[in-house]
Amino acid sequence: MELAELGECLVSVSCLVTQGAAGLTIGMLLFLVASGLTLIFGVLGLVNFAHGSLYMIGAYLALTTHSMTGSFALAVLAGTLGTALFGLFFERFLLSRIYGRDVLMQLLVCYAVILILDDVVKIVWGADFRNMGVPDEFRHPPFLIGGGIVPYFYAILFAITAAIAILLSWGMGRTRFGRIVRAAAVNPGMVGALGINTTVVYAAVFAIGAGLAGAAGALSAPIRSVVAGAGVSILIESFIVTVIGGMGSIGGALAAALILGFTRSFGSIGFPLFVEGAMFAIMALVLLLRPSGLGGRRSS
Amino acid sequence: MREGWLRDLTFAGASFAIFLALAGTGSPALLDFAIRFAIFGLLAMSLNLLIGTTGLVSFGHAAYFAMGAYAFGLLMQRLSLPIPLAILLALTCTALLALVVGALCVRLSEIYFAFLTLAFQMLLHSVILSWIGLTGGDQGLMGGIPKPPFLGIDLARPAHLAGFGMACLLLSTLALRQVVRSPFGAALRMLRDNPDRAAFVGLSVYRYRLAAFVIAGTFAGLGGVLMSLYVSGAFPSFGFWTTSGEAIFMIMLGGVTVFLGPLVGVAIFLLLNDRITALTEHHGLFLGAILLVIVLGLRKGLLDYVVERWRGART
Repeated sequence: MELAELGECLVSVSCLVTQGAAGLTIGMLLFLVASGLTLIFGVLGLVNFAHGSLYMIGAYLALTTHSMTGSFALAVLAGTLGTALFGLFFERFLLSRIYGRDVLMQLLVCYAVILILDDVVKIVWGADFRNMGVPDEFRHPPFLIGGGIVPYFYAILFAITAAIAILLSWGMGRTRFGRIVRAAAVNPGMVGALGINTTVVYAAVFAIGAGLAGAAGALSAPIRSVVAGAGVSILIESFIVTVIGGMGSIGGALAAALILGFTRSFGSIGFPLFVEGAMFAIMALVLLLRPSGLGGRRSS
Repeated sequence: MREGWLRDLTFAGASFAIFLALAGTGSPALLDFAIRFAIFGLLAMSLNLLIGTTGLVSFGHAAYFAMGAYAFGLLMQRLSLPIPLAILLALTCTALLALVVGALCVRLSEIYFAFLTLAFQMLLHSVILSWIGLTGGDQGLMGGIPKPPFLGIDLARPAHLAGFGMACLLLSTLALRQVVRSPFGAALRMLRDNPDRAAFVGLSVYRYRLAAFVIAGTFAGLGGVLMSLYVSGAFPSFGFWTTSGEAIFMIMLGGVTVFLGPLVGVAIFLLLNDRITALTEHHGLFLGAILLVIVLGLRKGLLDYVVERWRGART
């Protein structure tokens, strides 16, 4: 425990800026994954245990595209769209067969898919850790704010993720499609009776959720190395986010993801060995005090 | 009730006699299979008390398996207790862990329950990895586990270990059978089928589920103890999520509605796994594909399917 160092950090502006920026970036990336998970749950009523594998696919697709074209923008685009497309197939051919069946079935299908994907990834990309490295076009000197260091690439990442988050909340809140999705989450039967094809809505929501996970994977490829089987740790973190934020609540997911991001960045100074434990402790606390999560309204 | 008990006892006794007769041939492969069957049999049977009987889909059952293994290994290495006492203490530790996690989890709805149990298992896994001083981190509990003979049983000998494992499995299966048949078991089935009604007639849903969770965790812990005896150590992979996934897979291969279904599943899984691992290094691909076929094709366990067809043919 280096709690004294954490205390020192909390009173120094430079350290606050450095760790705060890192926490924001980590948190926003986590938000992208978790918002997809919570969106899928909210609308389809399905916990996608294979969500971490979608993140992994996004990261690997981005790696390959980047090494082929050298463009980070194309890599992120490929990771996002490729994963969304994969999600579409996954939903249509496997998950749509088990809607309305018990959790055991959902769990087993996702478990099978995780097993298969981990091996496919190993066959295609090998079993070693892979890291894209910060792309050349973003190799600029860091910003210095109040003596704190904000890496250029982190600022870019934050801008992109924040734009996606704003787009997501605008899309869900202001567009016709968003209203249909929110209605389908509450009463799919009624939405269907009004002449809207819910099958298409479900498929689209799953593809968007998968795309968000893929985008997060692609964006983190330069700062977080990927390996076959990396999906599970991401999955657990986004679970924690959805529990703290409340299942189905995107605003809650944002708050929770930022809390976890800061826990990670400041925790790595104050209690490096207990960072994961602290995340679980926050989750247990939320479960005891407010079981439906920060943003959840339904009591479950 | 009484006559059923007698029948179960005869059945268990006969199984053990058959095992002894087979073990008399002294085939090492058979003994090895027997001890692994006992280990994973305990894991799967105990998990089915939650999934099949109580309707609680736990995805973190391997946590108790790992806890049993580590607690037993540490007790033997640090304190060199007699084996029965160490087993008892290890099971107590496991039951306590299950009590704490269960108290937090069993209140929650199905989906939350499944992934919170998973989350707590991953917490235990990361504790095992980072508390290197106690657990040896990712190297696992090294240095072997002392196995002083007791009551004429020398667990360092494969034949004795296999016999001890089978005895543990059979006694536990008998005990679980009693649990399932007792009024307590009937209450658990009612919780599975209609928790609201159970609460309405005055059963405490929370307490019954918690009790089932602790019982299941304890028996999984016994499986862990046997595992640590078998490999003479304990490794973080015992508590990794894939171990829980495998346990659910085994149950699904056998069936959730038939009491002994999970044991059939364990046997199929072990044979399948040995075959596939011998053929290819990408066994996840094959196991996953088989699982998908069973889940999406049959939509139930193999034994569930067979029993249903057989009952259908009779009527």
